[in-house]
Order: sequence, then C-alpha cells, then structure tokens
Amino acid sequence: MSNKDYNDIPGTTIFDGDMARKGYWVNQFCMSLVKPDNRARFLADEATYLDEWQITAEQRTAVLKRDYNTLLSLGGNVYFFSKLFFTDEKSFEACAAQMAGMSQPDYRAMMINGGRAVAGNRSTRVEDR
Amino acid sequence: MAKITAGISTSHVPALGVAMDHGNTEDEYWAPLFKGYEHSRQWMQENTPDVVVLVYNDHASAFSLELIPTFAIGCAEQFAIADEGWGPRPVPAVEGHPELAWHIAQSAIEDEFDMTIVNRMPVDHGLTVPLSMLFGQPKSWPCQVIPIAVNVVVYPPPSGRRCYHLGQAIGRAVESFAPDVDVQVWGTGGMSHQLQGPRAGLINQAFDQAFMNDLVANPELLMHKPHIEYLREAGSEGVELVMWLIMRGALGPHAKELYRFYHVPASNTAVGHMILQSA
Repeated sequence: MSNKDYNDIPGTTIFDGDMARKGYWVNQFCMSLVKPDNRARFLADEATYLDEWQITAEQRTAVLKRDYNTLLSLGGNVYFFSKLFFTDEKSFEACAAQMAGMSQPDYRAMMINGGRAVAGNRSTRVEDR
Repeated sequence: MAKITAGISTSHVPALGVAMDHGNTEDEYWAPLFKGYEHSRQWMQENTPDVVVLVYNDHASAFSLELIPTFAIGCAEQFAIADEGWGPRPVPAVEGHPELAWHIAQSAIEDEFDMTIVNRMPVDHGLTVPLSMLFGQPKSWPCQVIPIAVNVVVYPPPSGRRCYHLGQAIGRAVESFAPDVDVQVWGTGGMSHQLQGPRAGLINQAFDQAFMNDLVANPELLMHKPHIEYLREAGSEGVELVMWLIMRGALGPHAKELYRFYHVPASNTAVGHMILQSA
C-alpha cells in the first residue's frame, strides 16, 4: 500500500492492511485466549502453546518477553494484546505504561495531569511537531 | 410510528466497567467521573426508551481478523456477554429487537448502505459499558438494544461522511417503522486517547471540546474531518469518534444539547458524554 499519510506520527503504529497481514497469526493467537481452557493451557506451558501457531521466531520471542512495542512493529494490534494483558491479570493502564516506557505510577500521574500533550508529538517532521 | 427521541454519546472505557463490577466507583480516582453520570442516570429513568440503537466497536471479541465487517447490525433475539480474557462481565445478557433490526437492515441496504447482518455476536465492553454507565446495575436492562458494530480496529475505519450519512439512513429507517416505538441512538467510543506504543497516553482536551461543540452545531464540518487529523491530534484510538457522527446523523440537521460531561482521565482515555435531541 502506498500514500500513507500517517507514518510520520511518532511512537505510533497504524494497524492497516500491511500490518494486519504481517500480524495475522500473532493476533489470532491472542484472540484464542478469550477461552478459559486456552488461557489455562497457555499459562501452564507458554512455549508448547505457541508451537500451535504459525508465528515467526521474532514474534514468538516478543510474546514470551511481553515486549509489546516490538510486537506492534511485527503486526500485533493492541486490542488483540488486551486478551494477553488480561490473561496475565494486568490492567490496560499497566501495559500502556510499559509501552510508553514509564512506571505505572508515573504514567498514572501524567494522565491525572491531563495526559501526554499533543504539542511536540504530532509528527517526526520538525516543522510539523 | 417509531420515533428517535434522543441521541446519547459516551466513551466506553473498559476500566469503567471494572470499577462498577468491583464496587470501586466511590474511590478517589473514580468518584468525580461517576458523579458526572448521575444526572444522566436520573434523566434516563425519566426517559427510558423502548429500544437503543447502540453504535459501538467490537474490540476483537465477536470479530477476529477472520472477518472484519465495516458496518454490522445485530438482528438476533439476544446477545451474549463476551469473554475478553478475564471472563464475561457480570451484567445481564442484552435483548435485541429483531423486527426493528431487520427493518433497519433492509431499509439501510435499499438506501445503499451495505450492512452486514449478524445473528451471533457476543458483545464486549464497547456495548456493555455504555449500558452500565447510563442504567447502573439492574437485574435486566430496561430496554431492548440493536447493536451496530463499526470497524475501527483495522485501518481505515469508515469515513466521517459515510458515518454521518449512515446515521441519516438509520433515522429514515426508524421513522418508517409502523409500530410506536421510542428509540434512542447512542454513539460510543473516544474521546482522545492512544492505547499503544511510546505515544500512549496522548490526550487533547481542546480537540475534544471543539468536537463536542461542532457535533451540536456544525456536524457538516465534522463530517469532512479526515482520519489523519484524528490520528495526529486525538491519538490513534481517537478515530473512534466517527461513531458519534452516526448518532448525530440520526438526529437530523438541527440538534440541541441537554447535557455535557467531560473528564480526564479514565485509565488511558478522555471521557466525553452528551445528551442531545433533535431541534
């Protein structure tokens, strides 16, 4: 796909067709965790459970490490990740803080103070920040 | 004849459902937010509709990457509560209104909106959190619900213009339904928020307030707002706001604002809520 007017937004991956193709199986793996039996099997033996899915070695390592920013670059989508957050009994806030590279208390304090400002975060192009 | 009596917009943050389900709504963090919905719960008791046409997005619950409908209308008798990874929310199942739902589907398709008709669609927080915010915690929901799921997960979502026009088509459909049914249209999601990547936590209060002002007075202007502006200014998940335009389209050209509430934050998100009526 061409003409992506959103690729200059810093720290942001837009889940378009290219990403959805790349991440198809890793997202489908996450989706499987909406079933209690699958959650139990995954938590009991993550590596064996992941063997059942056609994911790449890089995606597999990122899932095992819960490295969500890397998973985003490999086609993962945050709404699918949320099944994994909740399987791990983590809140969305905790996982968003992790992706933002912040501790949860610091992230929460930023949100209470009005959130991350848009100024400076619009574009990686200096003139459009 | 059926009639649209109000339009409601509200964010549908999952943590709001968790706060209610765990009895944490009076905590210091949550109390100001839930206070902002007290007026609306009262208003809802006095203005309970027969049916809510509830526009929301599925968050990889009913629809995985196997099937991604842009506009899906739930025509079933009942909709189960989805398991989103921690078991289904402890809320009543959602009763549909198949007769009106099929009528809206037929009318909208004849009106050139190619709706996907769905008969099995577990509903997630996107639909149940708005019901909980407006109706509290009843044993059964006080009205029937017609879910309209809009794809905002895989880019691109439908344009604002398409959403606004779909709202108009829903308005025409409801008003051509013979039985006397009191219908509200709800648009959910937003406001500014970004849930992913190093830019997570982005909030833009000026954008949100301007959006609410324009939703009442200048919806035609909002209709032409390109997706890139939502992504850049309101965060990657802020683009959910196109769903508010479906509600607004259903109210007709002129609307009056009965109530507005805005609060930052709920977890990662700016919460906005409005009650509108046709004017």
